[in-house]
Amino acid sequence: MGMAATDDQFHVLAVDDSLIDRKLIERLLKTSSFQVTTVDSGSKALEFLGWHGNEINMFSEATISPNNHQELEVNLVITDYCMPGMTGYDLLKKIKESAFLRDIPVVIMSSENVPSRITRCLEEGAEEFFLKPMKLSDVNKLRPHMMRTRFKNDSIENGKPENEEKQENEEIITTGEVDLEMQQIQTAQSLQQQASQSNNDNNKRKSMEEGLSPDRTRPRYSDLTVMSN
Amino acid sequence: MLGLSLDQLRADMNRLLAILFHQGVLDEQFLQLQQLQDESSPNFVSEVVNIYFHESEKLLRNLRALLVDRELSDYKKMGIHLNQLMGSSSSIGAQRVRNVCIAFRAASDHNNRPGCLRALELLEYEYCYLKNKLHELFQIEQQRMLAAAVRYPAPQQHLNNPQG
Repeated sequence: MGMAATDDQFHVLAVDDSLIDRKLIERLLKTSSFQVTTVDSGSKALEFLGWHGNEINMFSEATISPNNHQELEVNLVITDYCMPGMTGYDLLKKIKESAFLRDIPVVIMSSENVPSRITRCLEEGAEEFFLKPMKLSDVNKLRPHMMRTRFKNDSIENGKPENEEKQENEEIITTGEVDLEMQQIQTAQSLQQQASQSNNDNNKRKSMEEGLSPDRTRPRYSDLTVMSN
Repeated sequence: MLGLSLDQLRADMNRLLAILFHQGVLDEQFLQLQQLQDESSPNFVSEVVNIYFHESEKLLRNLRALLVDRELSDYKKMGIHLNQLMGSSSSIGAQRVRNVCIAFRAASDHNNRPGCLRALELLEYEYCYLKNKLHELFQIEQQRMLAAAVRYPAPQQHLNNPQG
């Protein structure tokens, strides 16, 4: 797919409070030709992603691309579940609730196989859930998620017709401050977003995930049940 | 002249690894670590293992300090330390250490002080054994690297052909 050039390298943000696990995931990702940044907490991850808590500030300067405020564009976030302070789940929620960050695919890692935990994360929008320790074969599963998002972003810039996955990300969160954000996003981007819908955002995303690819969730469960400790 | 040949050193290393796998001291995760080591990251395994030693010794000291307090043993804190030790042991493939942590955690979940003390003794023993064996492994690895770096011409040729 022509990803050989270094400027086309995907950049992964890895979040884990354990130094050993950070070293491991960094090595695994670099071996698979990804650029890596590691941080040791969810709050540092959000900082790196350019999330400042009050997103109106982000848009008070006219921006063409939301990614201007990130130090480096992040194509995927991989985070440990169990961390002191902000858990991986909390981080996932914050990312998916942010109109600015929610397109970034998020993947969760955990040392424990807890089905309810896995379900929660997938329902909140995590792309995958891996049991630790991660292997190279797990890391190979990350690329498709990053390529899908990059391909989608390319088609936005080129004004190509939207595919069905893009619809998921055009839903509008019904909170006050986002109305202002949405205005600014619409003026900044060349493609116009759909008019606001009355459906509840979360339910729609859930049902869309179920409708889109019911096969996606099932193989994960069957993979994971085999790996019980 | 270097006493040990590359082949012999490699055989020693493999033999030691085989023993450790057979005893369940190490599991396949350790192999994963080795696979991640290459020219771009030639000391990866020893780097990670040294971090593991450093962190584990701190955790073991903390655990002992928590248990020594007869009045009030903070089992919750013990659980946190144990989770950390379990996680890092699992990440480097230290299977036996990890398994003792699991038993230890079960004892601490039940506020079972004598059980915790027994588990701690066993944990310290397993950790020491692992550390010694890994040091042995690294020593063999270092000798291998030295042996590979030195290039001698084969002595027989000079003796047989004095005129060069």
